[in-house]
Amino acid sequence: MAGPRHDDVSGSDRPPPPGANEQSAAEAPVGPLSYGRFGGPPTSDLPPGAPPLAHWIDARLPVLSYLRREYVEYPTPRNLNHLWNFGAFITVTLVLMILTGLFLALNYEPSVAGAFASVEAIDRQLPSGWLLRSIHMAGATLFFAALYVHIFRSLYYGSYKRPRELLWLTGMLLMFMVMATAFFGYVLPWGQMSFWGASVIVSAVSAVPLLGHALAALLQGGAILGDVAIHRFFVLHFLLGFAIAGVVGLHVLALHVTGSNNPAGIEARGPGDTLPFHPYYTSKDGLGLVVFLLIYAALVFFAPGWLTEADNYLPADPAVTPAEIRPEWYFSPFFAILRAVPSRSGGVLLAGLSVLLLCLMPWLDRSPVRSARYRPVYRPMVIVLAMAFLTLLAAGLHPPNGIWLLLSRIAAGCWFGFFVLLPFVHRIETPRTLPGQLAVADPA
Amino acid sequence: MSATGPSDDPEGRASILPAAADQPDPPRRDFLTLLTGATVLVGAGAFSWPFLDSLRPEGSGDAAPPLDVDLSRVVPGQQIVVVWRGKPVFVVRRTPEALQRMRGAALRQKLRDPDSHALQQPAYAANWHRSVAPEWGVMVGICTHLGCVPGYAPAPGGGAPDWPGGYACPCHGSRFDLAGRVFQGSPAPLNLPVPPYRMIASDRLRLGENNDSGSFGLDDIQQL
Repeated sequence: MAGPRHDDVSGSDRPPPPGANEQSAAEAPVGPLSYGRFGGPPTSDLPPGAPPLAHWIDARLPVLSYLRREYVEYPTPRNLNHLWNFGAFITVTLVLMILTGLFLALNYEPSVAGAFASVEAIDRQLPSGWLLRSIHMAGATLFFAALYVHIFRSLYYGSYKRPRELLWLTGMLLMFMVMATAFFGYVLPWGQMSFWGASVIVSAVSAVPLLGHALAALLQGGAILGDVAIHRFFVLHFLLGFAIAGVVGLHVLALHVTGSNNPAGIEARGPGDTLPFHPYYTSKDGLGLVVFLLIYAALVFFAPGWLTEADNYLPADPAVTPAEIRPEWYFSPFFAILRAVPSRSGGVLLAGLSVLLLCLMPWLDRSPVRSARYRPVYRPMVIVLAMAFLTLLAAGLHPPNGIWLLLSRIAAGCWFGFFVLLPFVHRIETPRTLPGQLAVADPA
Repeated sequence: MSATGPSDDPEGRASILPAAADQPDPPRRDFLTLLTGATVLVGAGAFSWPFLDSLRPEGSGDAAPPLDVDLSRVVPGQQIVVVWRGKPVFVVRRTPEALQRMRGAALRQKLRDPDSHALQQPAYAANWHRSVAPEWGVMVGICTHLGCVPGYAPAPGGGAPDWPGGYACPCHGSRFDLAGRVFQGSPAPLNLPVPPYRMIASDRLRLGENNDSGSFGLDDIQQL
């Protein structure tokens, strides 16, 4: 609430609205929360210099003052580094995915007979179809890349801690939704990797104790992975895209309640510690976005096939499994854990647990200090966690034998070890002295 | 500035915000804002191209594959209808008598465009029989009036005493001769279209390939 509310410009010389006849204006309940409800005068939160039409709109539907409050004046810690750009990258990628996805869906046919051919037709016959599909495919990769950096940023600087637990949990929910969406989307072209990837995942789901078989049957929707499954996957893929957009809204809403964390991990204490979001962080995000979109464009135009498997350009054949089944790189770390465990349900369980444990971060980490900068024990631990993630990623892309199997087991041990040790770290750790204010922590 | 309330008070960051009085005229920031906005707008405009492009009507650019038609079992006077690119294509085997009538001077006077001046056919079909081989007539069977499919009425006489044989549209009564040339007094303005085709043998034709080296396509036809 920046500043006093201003009367609607046209409201003062108008008769009272119908329904307010019985009550004179003086008796009308006017409080800070009335918002002109039930006959109060329409008021606008915009500054007096704003155009009359803006005042008129804002008095009736306060979106303009909301945008101004949350995206212009919004006080943001003055010391955010470029790791804080990644949320903006993800948002922009999500918009691009939904846009290209809508236009791809116009030309896609969710059936065993037509799926593969319709995707080929998009690539070869639909005007600019190759470009739309390339943007959609590169978008999946960049979505995950940005998402993983975004999550690591939160782990490193303790952004999951009180009072941001729900911000963290909505983020985790988003990660699961994005993973499901990516999986369903990958199946749609109905190539060899699509089909066998879907087969493996459905079998993995059926290995989940108790609910597994029912869930797998629900996904597959029939005796074989066929028309019913494609149709279900298509609808889920489509639906989840928009559901993600909705949860992103909640995620940002939760962020704006507490305000952003920052590299020092201490709360901004006053005007000296913050900057208005616009123009300081709109321009910082804008600069980051230019670089991000350059990389995106390079992938789309120069390496559209780099991140796809050649086998997926063969139509699905339930009788022949490709020689080497590899997941997309963004599922590779979990795939590596799955293979590192010499037990069917054990592997599925640990792969699932490896992600679920992240959700418990706000309660596993009991240190009051947020940023790893001031935590001599947590800092090397979280770096090992990141390295274990990258090692699992590499191991998942190689055949599971020899050095890669060994490395994936060591890395999986480090990954789970992190979460086992975390609740005890605060007992042995002596945090470095925290700065009093952000201007001292990160001088301009 | 002060009217927007205490939280906007620049005191706390006086060292990093330039004082308003130092701003040049016009302010540098306004210029940069306009420049950035214009760049974003141009980029968004360019980016919208692939999306709009993908909505272009299907079939433009003659992407459909050619279609071969076997004529060996068509007897003189018979017509077959094949569907090519979703359109009915008449293939008619004209008898020598019908060809005789098509060349008659009496018929010529009743036609609106007897010499095929309007671009309703490829150049190699702009002749008196409107086809490659006189015996074989090939036409898109869509009336140039409002798009109905004309009926085949090859017998002379028929309802009208001087009817030379041809096509009659059931919707609004447009009439064409066996070369698809429209009669004067019909609501249809133009002759029936002739698609691009080629005789690959005496009893076989291929729709979608030209008989010459030209690039004539359905999109070139004045009215289809």
